[in-house]
Amino acid sequence: MSSEKEPLFSAKNMKLITTPLGTQNPITIQVLGICSALAVTAKLEPAIVLSISVIFVTVFANLIISLLRNTIPSRIRIIVQLVVVAALVIIVDQVLKAFAYEVSKQLSVFVGLIITNCIIMGRLEAFALGNKPWPSVLDGVGNGAGYGLILVIVAFFRELLGAGTLTLPALGTIQIIPQIFYDWGYANNGLMILPPMALVVVGIIIWVQRSRNKDLIES
Amino acid sequence: MELFNIFVKSIFIDNMVFAYFLGMCSYLAVSKTVKTSFGLGIAVVFVLGITVPVDFLLNKYVLSEGSLAWLGENFASVDLSFLSFIMFIAVIASMVQLVEMIVEKFAPALYSQLGIFLPLIAVNCAILGGSLFMQERGYETLGEATVFGLGSGIGWLLAIVGIAAIREKIKYSNVPAPLRGLGITFIVTGLMGIAFMSFMGIQL
Repeated sequence: MSSEKEPLFSAKNMKLITTPLGTQNPITIQVLGICSALAVTAKLEPAIVLSISVIFVTVFANLIISLLRNTIPSRIRIIVQLVVVAALVIIVDQVLKAFAYEVSKQLSVFVGLIITNCIIMGRLEAFALGNKPWPSVLDGVGNGAGYGLILVIVAFFRELLGAGTLTLPALGTIQIIPQIFYDWGYANNGLMILPPMALVVVGIIIWVQRSRNKDLIES
Repeated sequence: MELFNIFVKSIFIDNMVFAYFLGMCSYLAVSKTVKTSFGLGIAVVFVLGITVPVDFLLNKYVLSEGSLAWLGENFASVDLSFLSFIMFIAVIASMVQLVEMIVEKFAPALYSQLGIFLPLIAVNCAILGGSLFMQERGYETLGEATVFGLGSGIGWLLAIVGIAAIREKIKYSNVPAPLRGLGITFIVTGLMGIAFMSFMGIQL
């Protein structure tokens, strides 16, 4: 350990937050956590709520595992991680049921599936087990936000093109495409609401990202 | 007939991959060759066929509201359903461990094929998803839950073998460079999902 104390927001620490948003994005590059990502993106509101839940869980799971990292025997670490994550997800689920019941109904099983979301286990294994608490928290924020970013982008396009509206928490459904367009013959693309299109939209995001950044192209 | 209906429905209409995107992580990571993806698929069928009925019993006799009534009057109003996540994941993790040990003891040939995949399955979303859907949809009998578990597993097996076969062939195609690998797999999965949607509305 260096004798000088590292500032809380040093350049190295800030990098932990920014790289998962772009070149190390959990969904498009690391291919983690797609399981629960796509089914909730037909509307913007559940996507935002799920992103916030995932950020909460990654941050606290990273923090707790990082604090415990020297006391967990490596043979049973998966079980310990699952218990910590499951406990956090139960908290999220109960809070959502109490304060946002409608959204929690829409998310249905996908709140529970945060437990097996590969981002969380992946970051715990790859980062929190070997790093100090503060960088682990930042890593949690970064990866949770990187996940949320893709979720919100996908949901934005799917809802806008599929229903012509955007649903925001606290604001309700807002009509974006003006009525006059419909009068002129514009029609919503109902296909965008259906599950398979989420995959195609993510595929297109990957396409755009990789053509802008040639280093990411797979051979 | 009801059982058969649930079976077909969970394979084709409510397909784990195409309708709910469950188990996508291993679906994308292990689908490079047909042989390994078939091994993983069989392991998933196996584990889903065991964990869903076990979680069904757990849900029916321990967790859901009023289910502890068999213990006596005092327990009739206990509702432990908030514990279901942690109980289900514990059951899955220990079941996977148990299945691994049993297969190793009694079917070493199968073990050498499935061996590396079994531990991976504990954190496969399709497994936990199976149990959570079972709870949410309220299947009534053990038979229904078992058939649902097996059907979901077979649906997942079909999906991963299908994509693996396509990926083996697509190697010879001229895919735009930024789409190679992950990108094209997503889009192909989307197209397969659209194909599977034609099963929607089938009633047996």
